[in-house]
Amino acid sequence: MEIVLVGLNHRTAPVEVRERVSFTAEQARRAAEELRARGILEETLVLSTCNRSEVYGVPPESSHECAPGLSTFLSEFHSVRADILSVSLYHHYDHEAVRHLFRVSAGLDSMMLGEAEILGQVREAYRFAHEQGATGPVLNRLFQGALEVGKRVRTETELGTRPMSVASAGVKLAERIFGKLSERRALVLGAGTISEQVVSQLRDRGIAQLHVMNRSRDRADELARQFGGKVVGWGEWETALQSPDVVVSSVSADEPVLRRDIVERAMAARGNRALFLMDLGVPRNIDPSVGELYNVYVYNTDDLSEIVRQNRNARESEVPRAQGIVDEHVTKFLSWQASVELVGLVDALRVKMREERASFIRSRMEPMKHLTETDRAQVEKLMDEMLEKLLVGPAERLRGEKELRRKIQNVEALRDLFLSNREKP
Amino acid sequence: MNHLFPILTVLAYLMSFGLYVRFLASGKKLTGRLGTLLLGLGLMAHYFALLERSRGLHTVPYHDLYGSMSLFGWLLALTYLGLEVYHRQRSVGAFVMPFILVFFLAAHLAPADRLSPPAAHGATFAFHVTLSILAYAAFALSFVLSLIFLGEERLLRSHKLGNMVWRLPPLELLERMSKSSVLVGLVSIAIGTALGFVWVDRLSSEYSFYDPKYVVTLLVLLLYVLYLGLAGTGAWRGARASRLCIFNFLIVVLSFTVVNLYLSHSHRYF
Repeated sequence: MEIVLVGLNHRTAPVEVRERVSFTAEQARRAAEELRARGILEETLVLSTCNRSEVYGVPPESSHECAPGLSTFLSEFHSVRADILSVSLYHHYDHEAVRHLFRVSAGLDSMMLGEAEILGQVREAYRFAHEQGATGPVLNRLFQGALEVGKRVRTETELGTRPMSVASAGVKLAERIFGKLSERRALVLGAGTISEQVVSQLRDRGIAQLHVMNRSRDRADELARQFGGKVVGWGEWETALQSPDVVVSSVSADEPVLRRDIVERAMAARGNRALFLMDLGVPRNIDPSVGELYNVYVYNTDDLSEIVRQNRNARESEVPRAQGIVDEHVTKFLSWQASVELVGLVDALRVKMREERASFIRSRMEPMKHLTETDRAQVEKLMDEMLEKLLVGPAERLRGEKELRRKIQNVEALRDLFLSNREKP
Repeated sequence: MNHLFPILTVLAYLMSFGLYVRFLASGKKLTGRLGTLLLGLGLMAHYFALLERSRGLHTVPYHDLYGSMSLFGWLLALTYLGLEVYHRQRSVGAFVMPFILVFFLAAHLAPADRLSPPAAHGATFAFHVTLSILAYAAFALSFVLSLIFLGEERLLRSHKLGNMVWRLPPLELLERMSKSSVLVGLVSIAIGTALGFVWVDRLSSEYSFYDPKYVVTLLVLLLYVLYLGLAGTGAWRGARASRLCIFNFLIVVLSFTVVNLYLSHSHRYF
């Protein structure tokens, strides 16, 4: 009932390797089938995201013994040379594998600390493997624990609450002013990559209306088409600024595009409704004095970057709390694992002791000719009762007492103490 | 007098305050819900504390200054709870609870006035007083909301966000909450004042129609109508309307204190 993990991630492998070792859903299904057919793993789960490819499994034999076979399998499956792959792969066994998975689902192992997407990806990978019948009791328990860890970390800590990119920080700030953005309108000045990122965030929040204004009409058309917006002619400020609540500007220009007088006129025309301006251009696109106008909020790239920096620090300060939750669940899982193994161990001990008892009685009672059959049966019964007393009591305690199971996590030691290799369950 | 309900009230309000503060700092939903639950329990205990005090003194809760203050605290808690449920916004709780606690403690730690029972009786008078105090509580709530609005707006404009801004309600929601609260206050004070005049009309031989309290109450009414009217206009929406709301509440405080205690012939503690 050991656990093995072989994988690579953004820290151990460059993108050229990661993209070659990633799994589609179909590949994940096929890999699980082949690993079982070759007798490498009894239970398999493939977790593949853009930043990691990991195979979790329960081997029939020792986890350390199956790891090389698993690495070779990955190399063959993805047609990547073993020497290239071996430098990127990491191997974790048993409690290290459990800890690794729990850290992954908590977002502690992500490229962006505390990112939320990974929990959904773990959930999806587990759902898929479970549906395919690739998981068993061990991986089911392991991944259910991982999902619980991820959920707890997200609800009990602030690891994933604050925006970590300039685009998301800007959108979150807009929400501080307007609340939900689903009934709001936005104007995007410039159609570069950074605008796209902000527009994507606004769309995710269901922004009601999107207008795009760009010097190049074609590019504006393209962005508007991509996100379902409308194009406004360059320089038509009176029309453009009348309705939006949020303006995102990332125009390449030497002089500010939005001058104070333009915004002043627009604010008068829109009845001073609050206006949030995100100036992502360098040099700045919005005259700094615009921020002095009533009900106008201006944030430039530096302001937003500073917010991101503060948020990163805040997230890092939450790591110990998240790690505490991970540790708690690792202990919980190992305790469960030990209890299952202990039950098997007690059963194996009972069988062994019965056998020992039989041969012991045979050899010791041979010289005692004066004993009748009834006497012999009586002695055997007494010995059976003693063995049951010695074994059943502790076994019942192990089933009932969580704390005891936690203390006896290293079942291997007990196994080695009482049973030879041949007799292990 | 039995102190069980006052003690329970203080405990529930204190714990609710602590939980609201924790909710503001951590954002954990469960903490916020527990804060609301304890506020609800505090409200119940406060109700029984008011009832017990009135029974002990053989008079109405608004018989003396302390009773009026306690009733004010209870109605403030009730109005806030209604507003929280209606707008689904708990972040304000941490700012409102200290006011509720102060009014309750001030009312219950001080000795009761040994005043003769008020000459006024009857349902009309009771509704007049209760609705007027409810209005003051609603205005107090809008005052707190306007203060939060101005604080948050200042932080957003100065780009000094800190940790708290991410937990506070959005500015536009604060404006809406403040308007809802003022609306509750306006309806209450309008009905309460009308009932007051009805009651005075019945006892016209004993009371004067020309009381400074009436003038100030009408002024308060007009100022809050003005606030509701201006808060939606281009020139006033946002921080200016919030400042007006704060100013209006200062007039309410003036009406509650100086006018009641020194100028009014017919009003004592409400």
